[in-house]
Amino acid sequence: MTEISITVNGELQTHDVEDRTLLVHFLRDHAGLTGTHVGCDTTQCGACTVHLDGRAVKSCTILAAAVDGAQVTTIEGLAQGGELSDLQQAFKQHHGLQCGFCTPGMVMAGTDLIRRYDGELDEHTVREQLEGNICRCTGYTNIVKAVLDAAGKHRAKRT
Amino acid sequence: MYMYEFAYRRPKTLAEAAGLFGEFDNPSFVSGGHTLIPTMKNRLAAPDVLIDLRAIPELNGIRRTGDRLEIGAATTHFETSTSEAVKEAIPALAALAGSIADPQVRHVGTMGGSVANNDPSADYPAAVLSLGADVVTDRRSIPADDFFDGLFGTALEEGEIILRFSFPLPDFAGYAKLCSQASRYPVAGSFVSRRGTGVRVGVTGAGNDGVFRWTEAEAALAADFTPEAVEGMEPDAGGMIADLNGSAEYRAHLVAVMTRHALRSPGTAYVR
Repeated sequence: MTEISITVNGELQTHDVEDRTLLVHFLRDHAGLTGTHVGCDTTQCGACTVHLDGRAVKSCTILAAAVDGAQVTTIEGLAQGGELSDLQQAFKQHHGLQCGFCTPGMVMAGTDLIRRYDGELDEHTVREQLEGNICRCTGYTNIVKAVLDAAGKHRAKRT
Repeated sequence: MYMYEFAYRRPKTLAEAAGLFGEFDNPSFVSGGHTLIPTMKNRLAAPDVLIDLRAIPELNGIRRTGDRLEIGAATTHFETSTSEAVKEAIPALAALAGSIADPQVRHVGTMGGSVANNDPSADYPAAVLSLGADVVTDRRSIPADDFFDGLFGTALEEGEIILRFSFPLPDFAGYAKLCSQASRYPVAGSFVSRRGTGVRVGVTGAGNDGVFRWTEAEAALAADFTPEAVEGMEPDAGGMIADLNGSAEYRAHLVAVMTRHALRSPGTAYVR
């Protein structure tokens, strides 16, 4: 057991965990934040996507011990002051979900995508860049619409 | 599935890493861990300690030194794909890095981890072999031609650590691959480079013994550096992988097709 401290959504989470503990289990089982989902468990589906020091990563393939001291943002940390982020609102508006299981990972990947491209996105790029997130309902069309909508809002705020 | 128990260590110096390696019965170095951790989750590997190399300064950094580009082994695919130094020196290498897996994986996976693992379908080995890079370790410098040694095999000795890759700058480099629709690993990929009159073709995903140089194509391209020069040529199907993704004959043909695409794609990665 090793004591690990990770700042999750701005709050320091210190827990004694086994060295083999994956980041996703640290978040769900130790920090009690179950918005981050375990989907495929094989680094393919993206349901476990969180931001590690500001970048989207798959928390099912990262050891908690390896990110001791880091900053992590999960889906629970996107809304500010009770207000959903632009991308969360866009998912709602465009019905960018069916069963909803992949949604937290899609939103985290989409948020990172909009940041990396500073909102300059087209449909082809969004589809290509969301390659690491799988929706088993195959609901991609509305997800892509939501990301493009939020990217537009990002551009509008930027100028 | 939960992994077997193991210890995790994150040394800050090479000496500390080497010391840890000697302290355990079944140690493993790890960098990005994006192949090793899934392998451990499937219980196909069970090291008793993971020695994370990413905090060691010697493994970090990208720099241009005269006519060479040096990339630290712990450099992530994302850093390589977005580095201005890499994009300027060897744009096809940056493009290749940007074509690996997906953004989340690229944010963590590293060049050193990929090359040390020498997966038969990994992207980087094709580039390292084609560009004739030197693999610089904590013990020596290994030319790419002597480094790769069959499926998942390398010239690395027990406990030897890759520090960086030293790439001579090519006059031309291009990469093309066809990916498996399920895994997104290359079913066949070809990295073509030319430096002066020397042409090298590194092929991944297709060979029974892992990454290889297609020397017949290199000879034809040295005489005439055009896609037409390799028209009608294919590597021997006897040496190709046959699996669910395609027969040996299909792969041999695909190697030829991807080589021609690479020749038409200077500075980029053609991905299908």
